[in-house]
Amino acid sequence: MLLVLLFLLFVGFGWLNIFSTTYTDGFSLSANYGRQLIWIGLSGMCALFIMLLGSQFFRNITTPLYLFTLVLIFLAIFIGKKTKGASSWLTMGSFGIQPAEFGKYATCLLLAKYLSGTKTNLSNIKQLWPSIAIICIPILLIIMQNDMGSAIPFVFLVVVLYREGLTGWVITIGITLIVLLILSVVFPQWVILLLITAVFAWIFWRNRKHRKLRLNILLWYGIAVMYAVSAHGIYEHALQPHQKARVEVLLGLNHDTKSIGYNVNQSKIAIGSGGLFGQGFMKGTQTTMNFVPEQSTDFIFCTIGEEWGFVGASLLLLLYALFIYRIITRSEEQRDPFIRIYGYCIACIFFSHLTINIGMTLGLLPVIGIPLPFISYGGSSLLAYTLMLFTYISMDAKANSW
Amino acid sequence: MDGNATFAYRKRLILIAFGLVILLFLARLFQLQLLDEQWEVKARKNALRYVDDFPPRGLIYDRNGQLLVNNTISYDLMVIPRQVKLNETDRFELCRMLGISDSDYDARMEKARKYSTYAASIFMRQLTEEQHNYINESMYRFIGFYMQARTTRKYQTAAAAHTLGYIAEVNYNDMEKDAYYKMGDYIGKSGIERSYERELRGEKGFKIKLVNSLNQEKGAYENGKYDTAAIPGKDLWTTLDKDLQEYGEMLMQGKRGSIVAIEPSTGEILCMVTSPSYDPSLLVGRERGHNYALLNADSVEKPLFNRALMAMYPPGSTFKLVQALVGMEEGVVTPASRFPCYGGFPYGNGHKLGCHAHGSPLDMPSAIQTSCNAWFCYDFKAMMDNRKKYKNTGEAYAAWREKVCSFGLGSRFDTDLSYEKSGNIPTKAYYDRYYGENRWRATTIISLSIGQGEIMVTPVQLANLVAVIANKGYYYPPHLVKAIGHPDSLHTAYTTKHQVMVQPRYFEPVIEGMKRACAAGTARSAAVPGISLGGKTGTAQNPHGKDHSILVCYGPTENPKIAISVIVENAGFGATWAGPIAGLMIEKYLTDTIKRPDLEQHIKTAVIR
Repeated sequence: MLLVLLFLLFVGFGWLNIFSTTYTDGFSLSANYGRQLIWIGLSGMCALFIMLLGSQFFRNITTPLYLFTLVLIFLAIFIGKKTKGASSWLTMGSFGIQPAEFGKYATCLLLAKYLSGTKTNLSNIKQLWPSIAIICIPILLIIMQNDMGSAIPFVFLVVVLYREGLTGWVITIGITLIVLLILSVVFPQWVILLLITAVFAWIFWRNRKHRKLRLNILLWYGIAVMYAVSAHGIYEHALQPHQKARVEVLLGLNHDTKSIGYNVNQSKIAIGSGGLFGQGFMKGTQTTMNFVPEQSTDFIFCTIGEEWGFVGASLLLLLYALFIYRIITRSEEQRDPFIRIYGYCIACIFFSHLTINIGMTLGLLPVIGIPLPFISYGGSSLLAYTLMLFTYISMDAKANSW
Repeated sequence: MDGNATFAYRKRLILIAFGLVILLFLARLFQLQLLDEQWEVKARKNALRYVDDFPPRGLIYDRNGQLLVNNTISYDLMVIPRQVKLNETDRFELCRMLGISDSDYDARMEKARKYSTYAASIFMRQLTEEQHNYINESMYRFIGFYMQARTTRKYQTAAAAHTLGYIAEVNYNDMEKDAYYKMGDYIGKSGIERSYERELRGEKGFKIKLVNSLNQEKGAYENGKYDTAAIPGKDLWTTLDKDLQEYGEMLMQGKRGSIVAIEPSTGEILCMVTSPSYDPSLLVGRERGHNYALLNADSVEKPLFNRALMAMYPPGSTFKLVQALVGMEEGVVTPASRFPCYGGFPYGNGHKLGCHAHGSPLDMPSAIQTSCNAWFCYDFKAMMDNRKKYKNTGEAYAAWREKVCSFGLGSRFDTDLSYEKSGNIPTKAYYDRYYGENRWRATTIISLSIGQGEIMVTPVQLANLVAVIANKGYYYPPHLVKAIGHPDSLHTAYTTKHQVMVQPRYFEPVIEGMKRACAAGTARSAAVPGISLGGKTGTAQNPHGKDHSILVCYGPTENPKIAISVIVENAGFGATWAGPIAGLMIEKYLTDTIKRPDLEQHIKTAVIR
């Protein structure tokens, strides 16, 4: 089956690159690449086990699993190990898990269960709220862990809601709000206000005949102006200094290249140095200078870009695209809406990680530390994504093979 | 209505949106890896080398602007293991230049590789001038190696080693605490180097250099766009007087103990001698580790132990000054109070706390002059037994302790003194635990009144105590640095006046007693012809051997310029050795000449163990 094949390819290729960046002398299981190998074995066993279970089982465990992971995330706020300012790890000795990663899995399951359970009509606001809550509760808890990055993939689940009938306006408005927020950082306030006024004047002109609509447009105009006025304040207060700095580096407003901008620049040099065919396995000099931080975890795409070149990096991107495409098209063929929606959920999660992670290494998005599923170093995340994927594969196989 | 059928068209929209993102990424990859020459060229033709630009560490001056510590440049040979490409001849040549064996080379390389194969480590630190020139000339042969310039300390005096402190390479702990520090960086480990690490170190800058395939540096990457300049460390002007410090260390040679001198009007420490000491230059350079181990292993002399701040002694009779002041403040004695002393103070059961021969009965100034034990026992007991004011001994003691502590005793000053000890003024709770609540009386703890028993002070606390008396009731916490960055800038961190809990008027009779002690009493040996001094001896009983000789002193009494405490361990009665040392120090500081070279010679050459 294609998905399993791609999974094996990703994990294997990821491990090669982890090996390349963390290998020193002599093979050792306690080095990072060795530990990853152990986690790969563990994940493989979990995958095999999951293949034995059917969709009814997952339906049954959904709610308790969701609550359980929420408790874990909540606990991590207080007893979690502090790493880089976020308390997102629960540790026992040298063994640690990041509950937020498993939170994604549980949220996908519960969302799928809720949306498939009744003849849900998402344009009915009453039925929309529970699904919003399912997505937002973990987001809030994770933000309380001070781990903004891990919360962002949850937002992408809105795409699932859209697929299941949420009006397109929500997404349009959401994107507009984000664009306005970014513009408000770059441009002075009066420019934004002028822009909004111009757009609304045009809409108003187009609809000047409709008396009722005119009032509505004026109302929306008022809201837009208020948002634009407060946008800069939101940006100033909601983000922490280092996060602001990352955004400003991306927007070209901040030329502090000593710490923040430097990573991104370094990442670009590393990828750029790969050329067409790359420097070759274990031969990259840029990523291995220790100046691309997190080169085996969040910045692993740098290593890939440098050592495997344009050919390797774009091939990986295409395979990843194929992987997500396959999940989505396969989901559309499902008769059981639970499986279909669950498939969409995990596709969105994988896509969000792909976008944020690679966008960051390519210098297209601000630096947000989340892993590239199956490829980055990290046992806890590998296990969580394996669970996520094989739950789908298992349900798919059971539902369509008799 | 089945969601599947109704909204199936949205699948296409979602796939298109996702596809666009992937296309954007591919385009970006294409741009970075194939179109944009700048990234590729820079990385392939020239390796980038990230070099820390170390700022010179701030200089340290004495109070008169005399240089105490400055810097010299030294070079470390750095290696990036992964880049090393050495053939047999080159390797042999490098070993020869460095004067190391083949196996030593392997060991060093192994250590570097263990830290990181791709980040630079120090291969050999602080090369000699010759080695540096030699190797630098043929650097093109040693690919993977480069020179890193650093500044190291150069001491202009062999004195004040403990006060100045030393710098050493950071350990894992330091790096964990502050991400600023990287392997091989230096950090202040003790003394002023430690207290003022932030000010002295400055900020590292960092440079990206282009290096061609011949291991030659080809200038700055992108014209230095990503480089940051190092910010030099700030210079410090200390409160020390270099000449006085050196003179003190000379007097103390061959003896154990310390001298601390303070300017009473400011709290500035003029000198802080501890003996035995060491030459600070020993802790610089390649032999640093070796020398440190030797000093550390010397368990007899303990040269690394800073007695001035860390040794705790019973203050002995010098504490009588505090006892007299507290007694007057409490109203249990007056300067005219006379107590009988026929060879001591009887504290029950026929026991007697002994005293030496002097007239009797005495008033307070005379009691200080002759250091009568009994007078202060009566004084202490009167306060402890004052039932009009205190319900019981415990309450009276707590009040006594509070007043005593206000003299800066029993706790650290927490200024810029590094690793100071707090001394000990026992708490009421301590005696309650030891004897049981209400099971102890004035006579149980009577020896406190003459500075014996559990009471412990450090030399710097003792000097501060004299400063309090010189100031008639207040002190500025003793500190070591008066200006940072510029000699005229005022370092205002320690200019808070601490008022003690005894009114100024009570100081006059105590000062009178101290003057008499220097003129014709127990502290005569400290007297300096032509200068009016106030002093007090002390003899600290010591369970380990002969008594410690203590003397505190200040002068001139009409306008105090220096307050000093001298402790000579195992030297017996306070006046014998501590007295002349205190006198000579004051003479040196106030007149800058010594009119008694024979006395100086006598003290200098004496060896007391």
